[in-house]
Amino acid sequence: MADIVLDKLVKRFGKQTAVDRLSLEINDRQFIAILGPSGCGKTTTMNMISGLLKPDSGSVIFNGKVMNNIPPGKRGVGFMFQNYAVFTYLNVYDNIAFGLKIRKLPPDEIDREVREVARLLQIHHLLSMMASKLSINDMQKVALARSMITKPQIFLLDEPLSNLDAALRNVMRAELKKIQQELGQTTVYVTHDQVEAMSLADKIAVMNFAVLQQYDTPHNIYNHPKNLFVAHFIGSPTINFMNGVYKNGEFVLEDFNRGTISIGGGSRKNFDKQLKGENVVLGVRPEHMKIGERGGDAGNLRAEVVSFEPLGSKTIVYMHPDANPGVILKSTMDSDYKPKIGEVKSLSFEEKNLYLFDRESTDLVFRFGS
Amino acid sequence: MASIRLENVTKRFKNTTAIDNLNLMVADGEFFCILGPPGAGKTTLLRLIVGLEKPDDGTIVIGDEPVNELHPSMRDISMIFQNLALYPDKSVFDNIAFPLRQQKFQEEEIQRKVTEVAKSLKIDWLMEKLPSQLSGGERQRVAIGRAIVREPKAYLMDEPLSNLDALLRLEMRVALKELQTNLKETFVYVTHDQVEALSMGDRIAVLNNGRLQQVDDPATIYRMPKNMFVATILGNPPMNFLQCALKRKNGGISIEHRGFSLRTDEKLLIEMVKGSIEEGKITLGMRPEDVKIYDARPKEDAVQAEVYVTEPLGNETIVDVKIGDDVIKVLTSSDFSGNPGDPIWITINVRKLHLFHGGSHECIYHASNKSDFKMV
Repeated sequence: MADIVLDKLVKRFGKQTAVDRLSLEINDRQFIAILGPSGCGKTTTMNMISGLLKPDSGSVIFNGKVMNNIPPGKRGVGFMFQNYAVFTYLNVYDNIAFGLKIRKLPPDEIDREVREVARLLQIHHLLSMMASKLSINDMQKVALARSMITKPQIFLLDEPLSNLDAALRNVMRAELKKIQQELGQTTVYVTHDQVEAMSLADKIAVMNFAVLQQYDTPHNIYNHPKNLFVAHFIGSPTINFMNGVYKNGEFVLEDFNRGTISIGGGSRKNFDKQLKGENVVLGVRPEHMKIGERGGDAGNLRAEVVSFEPLGSKTIVYMHPDANPGVILKSTMDSDYKPKIGEVKSLSFEEKNLYLFDRESTDLVFRFGS
Repeated sequence: MASIRLENVTKRFKNTTAIDNLNLMVADGEFFCILGPPGAGKTTLLRLIVGLEKPDDGTIVIGDEPVNELHPSMRDISMIFQNLALYPDKSVFDNIAFPLRQQKFQEEEIQRKVTEVAKSLKIDWLMEKLPSQLSGGERQRVAIGRAIVREPKAYLMDEPLSNLDALLRLEMRVALKELQTNLKETFVYVTHDQVEALSMGDRIAVLNNGRLQQVDDPATIYRMPKNMFVATILGNPPMNFLQCALKRKNGGISIEHRGFSLRTDEKLLIEMVKGSIEEGKITLGMRPEDVKIYDARPKEDAVQAEVYVTEPLGNETIVDVKIGDDVIKVLTSSDFSGNPGDPIWITINVRKLHLFHGGSHECIYHASNKSDFKMV
């Protein structure tokens, strides 16, 4: 088994810095996700771990040993990409056995390993079927079995679910997590989909413009985002941001007519010192933005309903704050909530659900709840 | 402004039937979504309406006029595709004005129409900019502006948001819905994304293998799916299904799973499932939000189960729960802290469950507030 350390990795392509001084520690048996928008450097990072790319500076370290000069084939790494390579002219058995046959293992050992891996992935009833006849879901499992059978110490997965339709993706996500928990391989999973990262990983590395933004557990990434980018990238619907100015113990929110809110004295002391400028952004997640309820701890604001989305299990309501129709606020309500378009409603939220960001640095300054 | 009607429309390509005897009525001013997986026939359906394909059978009526023999350019329909190309050397204003200039409108009228459209899309402050100076969302709005400026009878949209990233898609969903609400024009919108269909459509038509599965408003189609296909394509995570045996017991009926059974004396249900009882096989459907998890045995009747995997999403958590040999997905609060293998108890909201025919996969029963299942 293996732990991975990335130490100040830098990779440039011409003048473009694709990965900028990235340091990460991945423990043995851990499942981590590298998450970010396209072009953020996540696949480049993955390729440096596998050895397909060489860093310009910094080190890739497995189990305390620097791997920079070790070729990909000798790093003990298994891959699975978005476009899974399955030989369609071979049957399932021969596809899975391929990696072991190349290594010239004895046939009875190959047979035992193939059957074991097939049982684990629940494709043992398909072993004699031609790969070309498989459903996409089973094809995916065969690709996974092929990488698993060589028992790599490290598994690298690059958006492996993005070709599947929504229903299959849901099933495979849970299966992938279950299998990793049973096998315990150190796994690095690259994705742009925050739902996959949140639901699968023990820890998430959020990247943007080549720079690591935050590396933490899904719980902390969601509840204690380090800056505006992380807060905005994680969560669906996205977090609400409200621009404001902080003066004399009060926040004045710019987009509301009566936008003055005061925060309880106890917590004020804590962020007074940390706040550098007076320009702030207040963040409230849509599930904490309440419509029509009077008197939350903090804020009693007015907004006009512009649209709503009945999504079955819940309804998302979109609103403009009363002094700025250019801003959209979101609230997640129960599925039986029926708003009227054009109606002006009062908005409220509790102090403990507020995030306070510095508008200049974009960093989180204070989280009112725990 | 116009309604669109399809009567017994069939379209074949060689041996495959892309659209199979389809009947559909889109009302004037309606936001109508067509939802289906890839290959369902959605795009063929749009191409038939716009006139790029000719039906082998049946009639297409726009307004009061049958259009089968009408050239696409004469149907006065605007189509918006996935790839929205703008003229890179033309300003926002000139991009939007382009179709009007082609139709030789007066410059005064062009000015008025373009300004009006730009206002409704909230891009009126960008008129002088070039496409390269715009964000992705703004470019998308300009492309939509160009399509709506000539005021056609109806708008057909083929997955116009699928090339955008997740955040932009969300923004455009709201913008499109707002636009249609203000324009009150007929929109036919094709998508494979259930969130888009639920969030924008006044009504949704679910299509599979060229056949219409169900047409209803979002709430009805979510709560009362006609078959297992519709139940699966709507909702995320989708509805859970458990294979059960249906048995008669002491005048009532019993739905039996390896982990539990549900009993009822409800006459209506007994009447409805008469046909299925002989077969004995039935599929129980329940949405992930209609199952509750307890880490200790609750007072009400509950089923013992086991945590298979947990999937935290931040605002809530999906728990994959193992009942007997089956795994179902349950939506629960983000406080849930169980680990794989932990014993748990679950209760099912019996007023929200569904029963599907074991063979045909048609829904035979939707539970309601009158349902009186007892868990045993």
